Amino acid sequence: MATDRRPTGESRRAPQKGANQARSPMKAQARSYLDHHRKVARDAALRLWKTPVASVMTWAVMGVALALPMALLLLLGSLQGVSAGWESSARITAYLAMDHSREQAAELASMVGEDGRVLSVELIDRDQALAEFRASSGLADALDFLEVNPLPHTLLITPEDSARTASGVQGLVSYIEGLDGVERVQVDLGWLQRLNAMTDILARAVWALAILLGAAVILVIGNTVRLAIENRRDEILVAKLVGGTDAFVRRPFLYTGAWFGLGGGLVACLLIQMALWWLSGPIERLAGLYRSEFALQGPGVDGAFALIIIAMVLGWLGAWLAVRRHLDDIEPGEVAGG
Amino acid sequence: MIEFRQVTKRYDSDHTALRQVNFQLNRGELAFLTGHSGAGKSTLLKLVMVMERPSAGEVVVGGQLLNRLPKRQIPYIRRHIGVVFQNHQLLFDRTVFDNVAMPLEVMGASPDDIGRRVRAALDKVGLLNKEKMNPMQLSGGEQQRVGIARAVVNKPPVLLADEPTGNLDPALSADIMHLFTQFSQVGVTVLIATHDIALINSMGRRTLTLEQGRLVAGGNPIVPGGGHGH
Repeated sequence: MATDRRPTGESRRAPQKGANQARSPMKAQARSYLDHHRKVARDAALRLWKTPVASVMTWAVMGVALALPMALLLLLGSLQGVSAGWESSARITAYLAMDHSREQAAELASMVGEDGRVLSVELIDRDQALAEFRASSGLADALDFLEVNPLPHTLLITPEDSARTASGVQGLVSYIEGLDGVERVQVDLGWLQRLNAMTDILARAVWALAILLGAAVILVIGNTVRLAIENRRDEILVAKLVGGTDAFVRRPFLYTGAWFGLGGGLVACLLIQMALWWLSGPIERLAGLYRSEFALQGPGVDGAFALIIIAMVLGWLGAWLAVRRHLDDIEPGEVAGG
Repeated sequence: MIEFRQVTKRYDSDHTALRQVNFQLNRGELAFLTGHSGAGKSTLLKLVMVMERPSAGEVVVGGQLLNRLPKRQIPYIRRHIGVVFQNHQLLFDRTVFDNVAMPLEVMGASPDDIGRRVRAALDKVGLLNKEKMNPMQLSGGEQQRVGIARAVVNKPPVLLADEPTGNLDPALSADIMHLFTQFSQVGVTVLIATHDIALINSMGRRTLTLEQGRLVAGGNPIVPGGGHGH
């Protein structure tokens, strides 16, 4: 007994953090701190394990609440992929002035072709255009009555990849419109912009939903942890009595929240994977009918990892709120009897 | 080690638990605190443990003035005060060993250190062979000794006991008092709140007597056996 009376009277009399640190080197202190964290984390996990039904139910609630916005975000990502694909097919048609000759048109075509934003330029001269029109429209007889070819030379411009955004195409269009000899520029951007606007709205709605469901997750975990705090009231009292800091008392509950988050994240990943598997067949068939390359994108390893991390952070936050709200209520004041 | 200077504790306008209490306990001193229920014994102990703050006056423990101690410093003060409760406040979801280890765990002691010191404390109270048991399996006296082991495991300079022998028969009470005497002999300041007049008389130690919040005896350490303070 007498051999381990290491703390001297002086160090005891100064009730500071330093008094404890002075007893052992920093390294040992850090190691025992990490050991303590490991122990608390393991204890928190074991506690969840000991009440499997309650834990699984909490995980399921979290999983559903997280899977829903995640699935919608994935769907949104897939939709944006589709609209990007369609954007790539956007071509700009420039009608030249009637008085432009074939040579002038070719000159203009090569000039446009040299622009960095342009992938390729195709020149359709007016005779060729008339021949195509005659063949495709079935108005050959009517066209025979015309004395002159009413069609102008036309440039079909395909933008470079980098310029295939709505704003990039718009910029290119205004550049071509400004060229001498260009009468009119046509580009079918309207529907692209509408699609973009719709996906923007959808994105906002999905994010709003994600935030709401994230808040719901925090509240669910907060309530669950509140019950855990009530169940461990005696332990909290004793810990506070023997000089446990607030951080010490909080720690097990924060780990509990994080473990709830981990389970919830895993359940969410599982649900998303199941939904993908369930939907991928029919969607492939539908996309095939439309000759689209549309495919539902899964979260991937990164996405799943991010989802689990987010779930753990949300669980930790919920626990933190509960602990902050309820731990101060448990003060050892009532312990010492009358 | 413990000093009260003109300490008054008022809970609300018509309930004053302590009135201008003055006393000083030195290092290694063992004293009793007695008085009827509601005389202010618990309030006095709570002030030492910073569960309550005085309405007026100063409470000094280990040279530290507790009146304006920031809330986050309270745990560090409590690590220097061991407390034994009448109802022992043991946790029944863990072993005797883990119960006694709690004060060391909150300090972040290493597992080796914890093992050695917990066993030393259990040895001291004669329960070394019961470390793996649940406190529920122990008798009342043994539970109380586990509580004492927990209170002294981190060698606090101050030991408070609230009715430590309340539920025990005289032989066990004498045992526990013997333990407290031993702690005071190695320099621990021990303050024992109790109703047990027979026990107090048998020990012949300084006795602080509270009556309706006033310290009516034992305030002056020079008078042995508790002369009237004023």
